[in-house]
Amino acid sequence: MITIITLGTNIGAKSREDGRAFDELRNLKIEAGVLERADGSAYLEFGGNKVLVAVYGPKESFIRRFQRPDRAYIRCRYNMAPFSVDDRKRPGPDRRSIEISKITAEALQPAVILEKYPRSVIEIFIEVLEAEGGTRCAGITAASVALADAGIPMKDMVVACAAGKVDGQVVLDLSEVEDKDGQADVPVAILPRSGEVTLLQSDGNLTTAEFEKALDLAIKGCNQISEVQKEALKKRYGE
Amino acid sequence: MVNKMNIVPEITRKSITHLINNEERVDGRAMDEYREISLETGVISKAGGSARVKIGNTQIMVGTKPQIGEPFPDTPDVGVLMTNSELLPMASPSFEPGPPDERSVELSRVADRCIRESQMVDLDKLCIIPGKKVWMVFIDLHILDYDGNLMDAAVLGAVAALKNTMIPEVKVVDNEIIIDHENMKPLPIREEVVMCTFAKIGEQLVIDPSFDEEEILSARLSIGITASDKICAMQKGGDSPLTKEEIMNAVKITESKSKELMKYLEC
Repeated sequence: MITIITLGTNIGAKSREDGRAFDELRNLKIEAGVLERADGSAYLEFGGNKVLVAVYGPKESFIRRFQRPDRAYIRCRYNMAPFSVDDRKRPGPDRRSIEISKITAEALQPAVILEKYPRSVIEIFIEVLEAEGGTRCAGITAASVALADAGIPMKDMVVACAAGKVDGQVVLDLSEVEDKDGQADVPVAILPRSGEVTLLQSDGNLTTAEFEKALDLAIKGCNQISEVQKEALKKRYGE
Repeated sequence: MVNKMNIVPEITRKSITHLINNEERVDGRAMDEYREISLETGVISKAGGSARVKIGNTQIMVGTKPQIGEPFPDTPDVGVLMTNSELLPMASPSFEPGPPDERSVELSRVADRCIRESQMVDLDKLCIIPGKKVWMVFIDLHILDYDGNLMDAAVLGAVAALKNTMIPEVKVVDNEIIIDHENMKPLPIREEVVMCTFAKIGEQLVIDPSFDEEEILSARLSIGITASDKICAMQKGGDSPLTKEEIMNAVKITESKSKELMKYLEC
């Protein structure tokens, strides 16, 4: 019998002790138009997360059963690189990534003026190159920028951010360690102009008061991130 | 599958071929000139080693993951090297999601052959307990943007990522494997390898074909060569044959061009 003992694992060690306030986001960087072949693209770094998004379309939908006579539909694929996490992830979709793909498409849908492109499809490919907690929110935020970069008409740019509970305290934007050790994680996506919520999940235990606080905090975070999204587009296309 | 949507207009085909027959290329390059190459290493901290390589607009992210696993029964005392590639649908409208297609499998197999046969990684040193536990090094090629010549970019990125890879020190005490993450060491690397790919268009061989050139090539030849000029892998592709003279000519160009590519790996 062979046992494997691991010494000194501080892989990905990062916590609120690193100095972040309860309502403070990790470092955020967004760049629009980073790929040649895609119609629109964006690269996002959010703490230790590195996410690349490409958008293709609107184009003719070859899958007949998804085709809508009066509007386009959004097909989203969220995928993690095998080297993006501590233990190599086997390539290909799993249950988690299929769920995230679905809710991401649904989170973005309300912003896109789909009626303009009947019988078409807009494809969104989200690649997580490195994951450090909050990748679904990072993916949605980057996907909005990529959609705008592709010139797809939208009512607003969806933005996402999570809040949660760690050590009994409600905090903004959980890191990987906080997500694992924390008591709750609430990812939220909003349309910043109207404040409407397009994605809401919750995983963990919260009282009603705590939930409300988390939701408020997440919306506050979203509004901050929204400014960075706009800056990225201004930087690419000028004022 | 290779998409049928890629129909190249006859006028494009003719103009590219015509230019090349006059020793000119659409982007103004010489017949034996690479596009601009950039190589960054250590870009993914969760990977054992990583590299982002760009040749022109072609862009590949390579990450390695060393893991402890069981050796193959026929080679019980050497480490395992596995290369896998994903032609992500984000990279091109003709790439579809799903299990690897024949192009993806060819790419990872050729890159794998190049690295394996060059004996670049000293796999003997990756054995922990013969027949039971060895290091398995996974190389994952993540194709982000496809503008031709994936082979050369894949090998360049994979070699850079392997050189960037750190594995923890391992001790075996009474059937216990102790992995010491405090003491990391680089993978045992012997000598580097690079790959040069040629496309036959019209009557000419051009190096580093772009997307448009790849679409119309009649034959393709990829040659892997080590720092000490040993040819360690080759792959011919495309529908047309090549003459012996053309092949030897490509080998000769590879010998000199490989030196140029090796420079990117020095840092």
